Amino acid sequence: MSAGKIYFAKSPQGPNGVLAPWWLRALRITRIRVLAQAFFFALFVFLVYVTWFSRLAGYPVSLFLEVDPLVAVATTISTHTVYRHLIWSLVLIVPTLLLGRFFCNWICPYGTLHQFISWLFNTRRNIDKLALNRYRPIFQLKYIILLVFGVLAVFGMLQIGLLDPICIMYRTFATAIAPASDLAGLKFSPGTTHQREFYGAWFVGLVIVGLVGMNLVIPRFFCRVLCPLGAFLGVLSRFALWRIDRDLTRCTDCNLCLAHCEGASEPQAALRKSECFVCFNCLDDCPEHALSYRFLPLRKQPVSNGKLHGRPVISTQPETEVAWPALSRRRVLLTAVVGVLAYPFVRLSAAVGSKSFDKRAIRPPGSVAEPEFLERCIKCDQCIRVCPTNVLQPATLTQAGLEGLWTPVMDMRLGFCQLSCTLCSEVCPTGAIQKISVEKKLGLGPYAADGPIRVGTAFFNQGRCLPWAMETPCVVCEEVCPVSPKAIGTYDVQIKRWDGTMVILNKPYMRPELCIGCGICEHECPVADERAVYVTAVGESRSKDRSLLLRSKTT
Amino acid sequence: MDRTEEQRLKAQARRENAAAPRQRLIAEWPSRREFIQRVGVTALLAGGVGGLWAALRDPTGDRGKPVEPAFRLPDFRVPPPNGAKVLGIARGNQYEKMLAMAIGAVGGLAHYIRPGDVVLIKPNVAFDRSPKLGATTNPDVLAALIRMVRAAGAREVRVADNPIESPESCFVKSGIAAAARQAGAQVFLPSPQSFEILEVPQAKLIARWPFFWRPFRGVTKVIGIAPVKDHNLCQASMCTKNWYGLLGGRRNQFHQDIHGIIADLALMMSPTLVILDATRILMKNGPTGGDLSDVVAGHTLVAATDQIAADAYGYSELLGRKSDPPQYLFNAQARGLGNPDWRNVPLKEEQVG
Repeated sequence: MSAGKIYFAKSPQGPNGVLAPWWLRALRITRIRVLAQAFFFALFVFLVYVTWFSRLAGYPVSLFLEVDPLVAVATTISTHTVYRHLIWSLVLIVPTLLLGRFFCNWICPYGTLHQFISWLFNTRRNIDKLALNRYRPIFQLKYIILLVFGVLAVFGMLQIGLLDPICIMYRTFATAIAPASDLAGLKFSPGTTHQREFYGAWFVGLVIVGLVGMNLVIPRFFCRVLCPLGAFLGVLSRFALWRIDRDLTRCTDCNLCLAHCEGASEPQAALRKSECFVCFNCLDDCPEHALSYRFLPLRKQPVSNGKLHGRPVISTQPETEVAWPALSRRRVLLTAVVGVLAYPFVRLSAAVGSKSFDKRAIRPPGSVAEPEFLERCIKCDQCIRVCPTNVLQPATLTQAGLEGLWTPVMDMRLGFCQLSCTLCSEVCPTGAIQKISVEKKLGLGPYAADGPIRVGTAFFNQGRCLPWAMETPCVVCEEVCPVSPKAIGTYDVQIKRWDGTMVILNKPYMRPELCIGCGICEHECPVADERAVYVTAVGESRSKDRSLLLRSKTT
Repeated sequence: MDRTEEQRLKAQARRENAAAPRQRLIAEWPSRREFIQRVGVTALLAGGVGGLWAALRDPTGDRGKPVEPAFRLPDFRVPPPNGAKVLGIARGNQYEKMLAMAIGAVGGLAHYIRPGDVVLIKPNVAFDRSPKLGATTNPDVLAALIRMVRAAGAREVRVADNPIESPESCFVKSGIAAAARQAGAQVFLPSPQSFEILEVPQAKLIARWPFFWRPFRGVTKVIGIAPVKDHNLCQASMCTKNWYGLLGGRRNQFHQDIHGIIADLALMMSPTLVILDATRILMKNGPTGGDLSDVVAGHTLVAATDQIAADAYGYSELLGRKSDPPQYLFNAQARGLGNPDWRNVPLKEEQVG
């Protein structure tokens, strides 16, 4: 290092450099990083906020998912293709290969949330902070998780969404935070007559509260221990051309660089490249200016006779780099075996099979057939967020098993699939719900030969139907049936009721060739608890396994 | 000191202490100040809890039930001027001129809308449909009406409906939101907070019922503008059925007595004017439609001060039905709410343009 270098650190001691003026120090890289984090967090919340019919206005609402390298890589493994905007993941993959795992501490909104909570609540004395930020063997767990998810993806079972931080963020906002905000009057979902509700919102909420709360035990617990995206970026970081480098002739082994080390990457010794979040806090904290972020630093320092480049080595830690994640080959092998076993255990749990599928697991229109759907759906629940009627719900374990947990299914009691709406297909980042036009959905124009997209079929439960079983007029179902001609017809009969009055009953029946399964009949049926007309998944047009009629009307 | 010695001394002390007199010493009492403070705080807490419990006592459980404040709608009618017709029927294609003729026949807009009025216009926006499918009010007619109402001096014009499908989407795709805003009206969409209990004392089914109340705050005049639509259960959906879109709650129960509810709606709402929008008529597959072949061009707008007469006219002349008009019109007539015998009410019909 040459004399006259400008230093940004708070308390320069020793080097014969110049302390930068306060305004330049205020703009030092860690401050810029905080600004970037605030910006990306705000951008994320904004994008969730505008994921709504009246606010879409062409915003790339699923942007964070589309640049998420884990989403792109995992769906590429499971589908052998890169869907629509997922190509944008290159804007993170390439810089990670150059700079390291900077995403975690510069962009990731979930990382920012964890860092913020740690900063606010996990206040400890300096000496304890150093201990908290030491590397722990448990940090290998994220690589194990990544590897299991990766093996499952090879078999066409996509589970990264369970723990991908971007998926967690979107899902939590969609099913827990946005409805809670609506309740508080912060209109995330305006123009709805009813408060939106989501199955299992408590569990999604508990997951995020629990994971955020773990910051009080281990700072950035999720990022360091669980995050499969971080693990994937960590693997890429092994090749990074830049990294934090430690000057052995300046480092006094004081360990102060650990005080605010976000990744617990051990900058005080051999830097664990795959753990480093490139937060640059260590540069701020080093009183000796021994640390710097450098292009192609040497992997092994040429120390000879206690001297490096002619100057005496002071640090007692001669190693400066650990490139690969600390996961032994035997553990990698064992983990792969676990993944190979997990596939049949989960898939054969009789939840999503061609015979075992749940009758209420009704997928949104545009969804690809179930096996392909499970290759693509990342459970981000963007479709659920954008659905204007509240019909889309995160699947429970009963509806879709562990494999399909939190994937979108339609519950017609809470909403219905609005005829000329295709919003869920617009926002889906992975093509589990393929982008469709209204013409395609309704089987109009060039799609006339295909017919409308059917998501299921409506059935009458005559024992609960007012005209059929209770001598009472009704047929709301027929009134609201949106297809033309209507898929619900009526047998009109005049009867003498039990009390002697004459009444005309319109007894409804299904015309199954016309029914598209939209469920507005079920939604509007006044038999509130168990509807007299209800949709089940059979008859959906995306799958031969679940077809019902030999022939359906095409236009 | 070894361990047994220690134990021996402890045991001796225990025996001595046990033998000591048990009265409390003066020194063991707190000071007078501390005594008063501590006993006082405890007494206050105990008394406070007791008092609060007594004040909130609810021996039957009735006090704990929610009290829902209710409101009533005023009568929005304006007595028609001398010589005014009950029905004004305009045939043609120029909506502004047709509205002027039709409303002119029933007394003229200047008679009904006075400067400073806050006017609520209720179109039918029930479905998420393109206007050409005839399931919703024609946005161009609505826009023409809004411009005329504003020109008549209205301080504020509001457009509101509680659709069956998702409100934002219904208002956008039906073209109603854009038309209303461009013509200078405020659009009100429902939210869970925008409903209040409406009392309609004489009503059979909706004596107390959640009503889309928020847009009605401060409203002085109400105009209904309804498309003419086929309806399987109640035969036809026009002006009176249009008010259904202001109800909230479990309104899907009303199909069990559809004629009863529509007669109640006629009782609930005494509008300043109603407009029948028969520019597109949904002849079949109503009230949703969904296919262009369900719709015919009607080239007609009807203004009325009697919504029952307007509906009766629409049923036989616009929908072209030969059968008896719907029962709900007679139910309303029995309550003195209008005259379904439209052939015997004063009317004026004219080709415009």
